[in-house]
Amino acid sequence: MAERTLRGKTAIAGIGETIYYRHGKSPDSEFKLALQAVVKACEDAGISPSEVDGFASYGGDRSDAGRLASALGIKELKFSNMFWGGGGGGVCGAVGNAAAAVATGMADCVVAFRSLAQGQYARYGRGAPVASVGGDDAFLAPYGLMSPAQRFAMKVTRFMHDHGIGQNALRAISLACYHHAQKNPNAVMQGRPLDAAAYDASRWIIEPFFHLYDCCQENDGAAAVIVVSAERARDLRHKPSYLLACGQGSDHRSAAPVHNMPNYPSSNFGTIAQRMYDMAQLGPSDMGIVQCYENFTGGVLMSLVEHGLVPAEQANDILVPENLYVEGGKMPLNTSGGNLAECYMHGLELVIESVRQIRGTAINQVKRNDAAIVIGGPMVTPVSSLILGSEATL
Amino acid sequence: MSSTYLPAGLPAPSSGPDGLAEPYWEATRQNRLRIQKCQGCGAWQWGPEWCCHECHSFDMAWEDIQGEGVIYSYERPHHPVHAALVGHGPYIIVLVELPAYGRVRMVGNLLGDPRQTVEIGAKVSAVFEPHDGYTLVQWKLG
Repeated sequence: MAERTLRGKTAIAGIGETIYYRHGKSPDSEFKLALQAVVKACEDAGISPSEVDGFASYGGDRSDAGRLASALGIKELKFSNMFWGGGGGGVCGAVGNAAAAVATGMADCVVAFRSLAQGQYARYGRGAPVASVGGDDAFLAPYGLMSPAQRFAMKVTRFMHDHGIGQNALRAISLACYHHAQKNPNAVMQGRPLDAAAYDASRWIIEPFFHLYDCCQENDGAAAVIVVSAERARDLRHKPSYLLACGQGSDHRSAAPVHNMPNYPSSNFGTIAQRMYDMAQLGPSDMGIVQCYENFTGGVLMSLVEHGLVPAEQANDILVPENLYVEGGKMPLNTSGGNLAECYMHGLELVIESVRQIRGTAINQVKRNDAAIVIGGPMVTPVSSLILGSEATL
Repeated sequence: MSSTYLPAGLPAPSSGPDGLAEPYWEATRQNRLRIQKCQGCGAWQWGPEWCCHECHSFDMAWEDIQGEGVIYSYERPHHPVHAALVGHGPYIIVLVELPAYGRVRMVGNLLGDPRQTVEIGAKVSAVFEPHDGYTLVQWKLG
């Protein structure tokens, strides 16, 4: 039996993003945004949209694969796939699923995408205006526990408590994202720099660790990447970003009701990261490019720890702004601004930034750009992350 | 002064169309706290599920327990996420671990001053808070 791996079999050959808007500010509908992102990604790859033969998404994306295929005049849809789970937990899994389809011959050209227009639909950060709630929410919402921030805050509280990590580590993550966004013309927060004093003075969303600037934006936009075979990618116009590994899944009983997951203070990547590194045949120290999904900075902290990028006991020392800035930092983080300051595109903007970094075309270009780790939305379940690499990593 | 910790108007709990959690809500209305106990292997289980996560038995009974636990984690939300909370100010949510019952955890509010210092590991006990048609289990220090 041939080795069971995705390593090096596929590559991202095209990337596409719409203009990113503040929530509710898109002049275009969510589905139109999705179409725009797919067409742009195809243009970037030099592939006709009618050659696309598959779609993969996550987070319950409303832009239906069948409608996309029909709107784009796709000749034959061979693969359509939705990664379970909420928010951006599935961002890397969607890319991995696209790659798996291509690697196994189910399809040849699969788009992984996300589209969001929160003006058109409900926002995430508000409880639903309903009279009663069932299921898990029946044990949470009557106590005022409704938003994603509230669902995750107690994980962060306990993690910080267990490891003696202070607010400054979270502040550094936020400052790095805002810092990198200032040069990015598609970043929603370009022109709105953040400094330590403004972070400290920002209002509490939730004590003890969630200031306003620890929380992601809500935005409108769409993003897409084109996954093709490694052989095909070499013949296309851009330097390929090979998919070296994708990890997805969840820890033991991570969705246990009423906050009863055994490994509670966790981003939920504990069982996934090593499996992914094994497939990539690389380790944390090889990752020159680090893109880590920020729903909340506390989730970034736990994700970095669980991917072996920052030891918990050294988090206070390593997570300082100068280590995370592209200019001389040991671990430049979220170099386009990420969910906090570029756009809350449910992490697909992080995948796209990794591709730009590997190509060498990023606005905040890192020097060590052969291998990239993208970590998807933490603390939800299931979660996913992936490793991309240049030709040199194969 | 309100008789409930949080203002009226938040969503009311429902045992849902499948009725899985109804024995819990039925008990709290009588000021009793009960959770699931597997009749196959004796494991305590919370929140409710149709089968036992340890032995996969579907013979899940409901047994009364003492509402005594320790604070495992907490949060103090300030930002109102629901219309009923606008203007209310911060409040405390605690995650309480029940050491005597397989260390299952329950979510509730910590009664008292919403700005009080909260200590992880502090002992708490359950308090029944009646609402119109249902009763919430809240927690107080001690």
